[in-house]
Amino acid sequence: MRDPRAFVTIQRATPRRQSAETRAQHWREFYEPLSSQALAEQGSRCMDCGVPFCHGDTGCPVHNVIPEWNALVSRGDWHAALASLHATNNFPELTGRLCPAPCESACVLGLIEQPVSIRAIEQAIVDRGFEEGWIAPQPPLRETGHRVAIIGSGPAGLAAAQQLRRHGHAVTVFEQADRIGGLLRYGIPSFKLEKSVLDRRLNQMEQEGVVLQAGARVDVATLQREFDAVVVAIGAEAPRDLAVPGRELSGIVLAMEFLAQQNHRDAGDVVAPSRSVDARGKHVVIIGGGDTGSDCGGTCIRQGALSVRQFELLPQPPAERDETTPWPLWPMQLRTSHAHDEGVAREWCVSTIAFTGSDGRVTHLCGIRVSPLSRDGRFSVSPVPGSEFEIPADLILLAMGFTGPRRDGVLADSGVGLTATGCVQTDARHQTSIPGVFAAGDARRGASLIVWAIREGRDAARAVDEFLRTSTGPRRQSARTSRAHGTSGLPDAQPRALV
Amino acid sequence: MYDPSHEHDACGMGFVAHLRGERSARVMRDALTLLGNLEHRSALGADANTSDGSGVLLQIPHAFLRSVCTQAGLALPEAGQYGVGMCFLPRSTATQRAAEAEVGQLAHLHGCRVLGWRDVPVDVAHIGDVARRTLPAIRQVFIAPAALELDQSDASAFERTLFAIRRRFEKSRVAGRRSAPSYIASLSSRTIVYKGLVRSSVLGAFYPDLTDPLVTTALALVHSRFSTNTFPTWSRAHPYRFLCHNGEINTLKGNLKWMEVREPRMESPRLPNVHDLFPLIAAGQSDSASIDNALELLVHGGRSLAHAMLMLIPEAWEGDTAMSADRRAFFAYHSALMEPWDGPAAVAFTDGRHIGAMLDRNGLRPGRYVVTNDDFVVLASEAGALPVAPARVRAKGRLRPGTILMVNTTQGRLVDGDELKDELAALHPYQRWLTEQRVLLQVDEGRGAEAHPLSLAARQRAFGYTSEDFDVVLAPMALTGEEPIGSMGNDTPVAALSTRARPLFAYFRQLFAQVTNPAIDPIREQLVMSLGVILGPRLNLLETSADHARVIRLDQPVLTPATFGALLQQRRLPVAPLSAVFRADGGAAAFRSALQALCTAAEASVRAGAQLLVIDDTPVDESWAALPSLLAVSAVHHHLIRARVRADASIIVRSDEAREVSQIALLLGYGASAVYPSLALESIGAADVPAPPHTARSDAAHAPTPVDLYVKAVGKGLLKIMSKMGISTLQSYCGAQVFEAVGLSRELIDRHFTGTSSPLGGVGLDAIAEDAVRRHAGAFASGTTSRLPSGGDYSYRWDGETHAWNPATIAALQHAVRSGSNATYQDFSRAADDATRGGATIRGLLELVETAPAIPMDDVEPAASIVRRFVTGAMSFGSLSREAHETLAVAMNGLGGRSNTGEGGEEAARFGTERNSAIKQVASGRFGVTTEYLVNAHELQIKIAQGAKPGEGGQLPGHKVDEAIACTRHSTPGVTLISPPPHHDIYSIEDLAQLIFDLRSVNARAKISVKLVAESGVGTVAVGVAKAHADLITISGDSGGTGASPLSSIKHAGVPWEMGLAEAQQALLLNGLRASVRLQVDGQLKTGRDVVIGALLGADEFGFATAPLIAAGCVMMRKCHLNTCPVGIATQDPQLRAKFAGKPEHIVNYLFFVAEEVRSILSRLGARSLDEIIGRTELLRQRADLGGRAATFDLSPLLHVPAEGNDIARRRASSAKESRIPAADLELLEIVRPALEGGERVMVARAIRNVDRTMGASIAGEIARRHGDAGLPDDRITLRFEGSAGQSFGAFATRGLTLELTGEANDYVGKGLSGGRIVVRPPKGVTFLPHETVIVGNTALYGATAGEAFFGGVAGERFAVRNSGATAVVEGVGDHGCEYMTGGVVVVLGRTGRNFAAGMSGGLAFVLDSSRDFARRCNSALVELAALAEASDLALVKRLVERHAKLTGSARARHVLSHWDESARDFVRVAPVEYLKALRATDAPKASTAGGQHA
Repeated sequence: MRDPRAFVTIQRATPRRQSAETRAQHWREFYEPLSSQALAEQGSRCMDCGVPFCHGDTGCPVHNVIPEWNALVSRGDWHAALASLHATNNFPELTGRLCPAPCESACVLGLIEQPVSIRAIEQAIVDRGFEEGWIAPQPPLRETGHRVAIIGSGPAGLAAAQQLRRHGHAVTVFEQADRIGGLLRYGIPSFKLEKSVLDRRLNQMEQEGVVLQAGARVDVATLQREFDAVVVAIGAEAPRDLAVPGRELSGIVLAMEFLAQQNHRDAGDVVAPSRSVDARGKHVVIIGGGDTGSDCGGTCIRQGALSVRQFELLPQPPAERDETTPWPLWPMQLRTSHAHDEGVAREWCVSTIAFTGSDGRVTHLCGIRVSPLSRDGRFSVSPVPGSEFEIPADLILLAMGFTGPRRDGVLADSGVGLTATGCVQTDARHQTSIPGVFAAGDARRGASLIVWAIREGRDAARAVDEFLRTSTGPRRQSARTSRAHGTSGLPDAQPRALV
Repeated sequence: MYDPSHEHDACGMGFVAHLRGERSARVMRDALTLLGNLEHRSALGADANTSDGSGVLLQIPHAFLRSVCTQAGLALPEAGQYGVGMCFLPRSTATQRAAEAEVGQLAHLHGCRVLGWRDVPVDVAHIGDVARRTLPAIRQVFIAPAALELDQSDASAFERTLFAIRRRFEKSRVAGRRSAPSYIASLSSRTIVYKGLVRSSVLGAFYPDLTDPLVTTALALVHSRFSTNTFPTWSRAHPYRFLCHNGEINTLKGNLKWMEVREPRMESPRLPNVHDLFPLIAAGQSDSASIDNALELLVHGGRSLAHAMLMLIPEAWEGDTAMSADRRAFFAYHSALMEPWDGPAAVAFTDGRHIGAMLDRNGLRPGRYVVTNDDFVVLASEAGALPVAPARVRAKGRLRPGTILMVNTTQGRLVDGDELKDELAALHPYQRWLTEQRVLLQVDEGRGAEAHPLSLAARQRAFGYTSEDFDVVLAPMALTGEEPIGSMGNDTPVAALSTRARPLFAYFRQLFAQVTNPAIDPIREQLVMSLGVILGPRLNLLETSADHARVIRLDQPVLTPATFGALLQQRRLPVAPLSAVFRADGGAAAFRSALQALCTAAEASVRAGAQLLVIDDTPVDESWAALPSLLAVSAVHHHLIRARVRADASIIVRSDEAREVSQIALLLGYGASAVYPSLALESIGAADVPAPPHTARSDAAHAPTPVDLYVKAVGKGLLKIMSKMGISTLQSYCGAQVFEAVGLSRELIDRHFTGTSSPLGGVGLDAIAEDAVRRHAGAFASGTTSRLPSGGDYSYRWDGETHAWNPATIAALQHAVRSGSNATYQDFSRAADDATRGGATIRGLLELVETAPAIPMDDVEPAASIVRRFVTGAMSFGSLSREAHETLAVAMNGLGGRSNTGEGGEEAARFGTERNSAIKQVASGRFGVTTEYLVNAHELQIKIAQGAKPGEGGQLPGHKVDEAIACTRHSTPGVTLISPPPHHDIYSIEDLAQLIFDLRSVNARAKISVKLVAESGVGTVAVGVAKAHADLITISGDSGGTGASPLSSIKHAGVPWEMGLAEAQQALLLNGLRASVRLQVDGQLKTGRDVVIGALLGADEFGFATAPLIAAGCVMMRKCHLNTCPVGIATQDPQLRAKFAGKPEHIVNYLFFVAEEVRSILSRLGARSLDEIIGRTELLRQRADLGGRAATFDLSPLLHVPAEGNDIARRRASSAKESRIPAADLELLEIVRPALEGGERVMVARAIRNVDRTMGASIAGEIARRHGDAGLPDDRITLRFEGSAGQSFGAFATRGLTLELTGEANDYVGKGLSGGRIVVRPPKGVTFLPHETVIVGNTALYGATAGEAFFGGVAGERFAVRNSGATAVVEGVGDHGCEYMTGGVVVVLGRTGRNFAAGMSGGLAFVLDSSRDFARRCNSALVELAALAEASDLALVKRLVERHAKLTGSARARHVLSHWDESARDFVRVAPVEYLKALRATDAPKASTAGGQHA
């Protein structure tokens, strides 16, 4: 039996990063995994709460049953832990690497000690599952004959696809880019997510029968004719831009373009020199203090930038959780990412006034310090008179977030209604203004976490499945008959261990 | 909600008889005196002169009757040639004549004739208003055989004829005109009963017959009643025809059912046409009347009085290895004829020739007797009830558990149980019959379960298994052999309102004992418990034959593949298998028809000769779904009863569904005799369960398997469930239906669970069918993962059961109280109320009716006055950390509410400070209940039950007992503390009255409250409590929290408070008692809405426990029982206590938020104060917007107001009487005042009688008030008495107070002794042997914390139970001596009863074991026995014996001292192992000085 006092006696541990010098030399992931023993110990710190805040609405959006797999890992039953994890999360390898882990900030242990290393355990479970070959395709037992189209192959689209396929529907995922994966493929640097991690999952999905179609330009109306249901999961990729003098200069690049290009390079693609953006030998300023900015920073360091600065309009948050965001809320606090260790310098309360340059290329950034104002609970900033400055900068990366789904592609003329903020409008069942057309992920809720995208994809899949089951039947009987599968009956669970 | 059929009674009783059967008027006179002296054990109702009834049974006073009849012109034949019927008839002439005519016709039908009628004179001046209103016409009828001569060859034939006449008269009365009640109190040629709603002291005055000098009798049975009903009836007074009873039959429901079941098989030449008399036990009677009926049936059927009593109330023979084989065979044989009528019972009985008395196996009622030199025997509930001069006493004694006592008039002596039992055992060759007939099973232990076509996982899904079922339920059972434990309360919806398909089991709640009958401790008092079951037909009860022994006996009811296989293979009892499945695609229709087909098939099988029915829910696959096993079993059971063939077969269940203890208990409770939980066993077998740690490899082969451990855990759990109802044997539990339902329709209940209470209605068969289909469909749906769902019943899970306390509500409440933001509180309150309305609770189905115009908030009473009605829950220092406990106290004192110590005492440093808990709890463990503690209370709360585990005791594990807690509880650090399930001074309602009297005596300033838990019948209990003079009654809901309880109790016992509160309110109104008590409610109250609904349903006050803890930082870890609370609340771990961050203001903020919310609702209702709305259920109605299952509820019973409630206050009246201080105490207090205040020594000498109760407690209270537990110097006040002291002599006596008694004392001597000294010695010159004669009653020194006591004789059962520090010397003790003792020293200079030292975890006992057989009677689970080796022990014992000799003049002690060297060798030291270890660890010489305060 576990020591119920382990949370008192064992200290929190998380995987260590390679040194900044070492990791800046390569494009691979740089965390050094904990040993199984260490992970089991970490799992035993879980208090198996009567009300696990990590698991509820305050914590994990996909409702990972965290106490359950913590317990399983602590007693070495990795196989069962994997089953438990996969029951709520299609892609724990993504959340394990990329999620900011609201579960950990809601962890009850966080009230009195450092929280349980939930994310590290999650990643370890699924990586081990792939290593051991436990993660096999799970084709459906029977085909329903329904066909579902999914537009967008980001985490929301993929999660919806896998869920719907496992319900026996024929699923095709359409991706505009040349490779499947959406932001995962081109928006996340490979040192945070090696693309092989994505590929092995896509491989599983294809073996389950999901059809993945990259480089596809589609429109909703056509798809509606071909399919019984359509899921719009195109993300929220419309970038927030900066309308200041000098914006038209070259050398001012949107973060996503910059990150995508490096991902193409990492994948062995050749980037046309005319379009190539490279930080080597440059003074880089990243505008925007969020994760994308930090991803850009890490990329620039690896590309060999001379200097990298990251400007944030807002003031520096407190070092620790303060009373404005009490447990179990997501705390407003300073988060220092890998990039900052690697040499990205952050500056707070900076507003950009203008860019200047020569030969059409940016050379300087003009900024001003601002001070925060809080009026009627609304936050704003006001410039500090006389604090204007100018610094040399020959590469500017705009990482100020996103304003919603792109309205120029799939959504243009689709007839799908939008909300006031520009997101796809749906009812509680994820259905858009067009019956049979559903939406999920950032396209529906605005830019958010990967884990929310997965949750959205799963919720939408449940809604689509119910829609299909309650509709009169497949509109188009698929030409091919049901895929043959093995024996009837249900898959067997492994006998449970009782500790 | 209130159902008068729940009425309970208890009382005082006794008899006077002449040993040689000589009639005299003296017997009659003495009996009436005795009866008068038992009056304090009965109760008075709403009107002070109407008692609950009393009565006397005597021999027919022929001379008297002939004389009065002759005067009236009615000639009576010779004695014995006629019968007298004592009739209560309607007062209206016409109906009276009709009833009399009917008696005449029935007499004629039975070959008899009515000689005439006589009006029995009564003097109504002696009865109260209620009694007068209901006074029947009391007339005697004289009946003689039509033929002139009686059949002399069968002297009892005429008695049987009279019995038949009476029974048929009763039947016609029930069947016919109900509005004209007629009742025959007795109809016999030998005995007559005079009884009624008359105070016991004036029975003789009311019935002048009784005091006529011509009335002579050789025996008289008397009884004085305490009923929970203030409108008791004339007929319910005792004695009945054969017996009177003190106590309660817990198993009554089952007994009645099985009697009904046996009727079709009954035949007897002695009772021709017995079928005309069915039902033999009239419906709607009290338990006592019912057992009287059963007794008379057995006696008229030909068995002797003693034989019949031993069949009905057998002793605990199963585990008694010392019993002779013949006697065992006698009991074993009869166990196949009759299940025990189990319950706390002292019964006195007579057939007019023989008279006797007995106690049931638990022996929880007192019975003391005296035999005089002039051949009288007097037995009564109390010693001294009939004063007998010491010189007249030939012998004295007490009734003992499981023993029977008979007066043998031919030999002129008392015959004891052993002799009687041996005689009876020799009547037939029972042993041979058992050996020859018994059906033996060929059990092949290696046999596995039959393979099932479906995979294990598929079946687990089909039967709704969750991962919690493994992790929380099955795994702990299979690993440890114990029931799983949890903590905090239940905040999940009642089953009918859950959005998930809950198993049918979840609709049922266990019933439990409170006040009117005690729960049992099945671990410490295992000797009375039995899980044995008998399979086979129930043959003719009125016959004795070898065939009756042809049954299968199982040690316990849980079958394994091996035993199940063996049952199927045996050939002597024909087996019929019955499938309990239905076509899943047929929906509800298929479900219904399958159920019907199952019943039909069962009946057909039985008619075809099957004697074992095997109901099997396992043949499930994709197309076939299982019927709920509980429904299948109960439907078949009731169908067979209705078909009158139930007696012919036993029901066995093979169920893939049943897995939890409570589920198996339900199957047994609704008719199964054995259960094979096939899937649970297979799941455990298939799982990878590691061997328990510390098992050496070589032991592995002998180590119990996980399956063995699971079976063991189920057995233990069943014992616990039975024992919380006070039921000892599974045989009596089977079919007893000690459950109630919440949320099932009446139609479903009436048809398939006949007799079960389900007052609010709910879902019917279709919904149950729908759930079964849904569960089945879910299991076989596509896309199902192989993983089982989480469940979320015990811990919150997003996709599991909903919990009222979830991340959102907890976070919002904590944020609100810390920031002081009312807006955030509103977020919390909205979420909590939404959850409530969403189906979590009954109150969620109600809405407020705004009948009056709203008023401005300013006109509503301020929040500061509302919070004064708030109290926090009873949570002990021990279960809570000191920090948390004191935070609650400071908060509640600050706002004028009250906090509650819980069961664990309070550190004396807190008394008189802001950290003092206003409510001091007195619970069964009496931990830290010192006199100083008691006098520092504003309210003393007697905890009868706790919502999370009603009917159970508690346990504080050793690892939570640190120095401070041990000190507060008067125990040893590190040693586990056990609270017994019952208060050992409350086994019935009159005992509660006595404890209230005790507490009132010691602290007259405190209010006395009694905490009950909601269950059906709580209303009658509340009435009883009110009649016992409590000031406040708390009704706790089923959902209350706990530091540690079995999960099955947290989930499956008790009902929501709404039901309990409404029932209590209605019962109190109906009985005119509402104004005299305050009602308090608790159980997961959270918001202003909760409070207002509580008030509307009748509550004056409101208890909060979980919510204040959450305000103080609790995050519902539900780990209290592990001591690992991370926020420092429910832990004693210093590292974790340091994490406690709660502040009193958090709790204050919370309660003020609630109060403000209450105010805003009041203003909407147009009410200026809470007082204005208490009990106004017309301001509530069932929500109109309810749909689905919620709409099947009918909440009108909750909102019902009895007509009596229309013109009286529905709340406690401000004019209600305040606490009463016993007048006698005031007088004594005056006398001793100089000693209290100054330095004078005071000595008082008095005579004392049994009616002088709780002597000394008020003085003790005054000492403690002035001087705390330190008390006064030794012997400052000495009280000397002579006579028979009443109950609780010397209770709570403090240092400086000495009570000396020459004579004898009753129960509870030295209860709660807190440093005082008690000496009881026999009078000089007695002829009996003191060391063999009882001198003090049961439960002496219960909960004593310090002081010393010397008893010059034998004490009753449970001597020094829960003693934690007193020193006592006694010359012999009854059963269960030193039970649960945690400290102090007890020296026994003589024989002990059985089960000595059970649960004893501290202190030392020294027993003089001259006959060297003490070890057999000692429960050595916790203690080790050793000779007196250490010099310190020898010195201690010698010193105490010397003091005993000096103080009591004991001849026994002098003898021991004069032969000290030999005696020293005979002493055995009894010492708890854990205690010795702890002492050695601390190296404290406590053991040798524990009793040395006076040395």
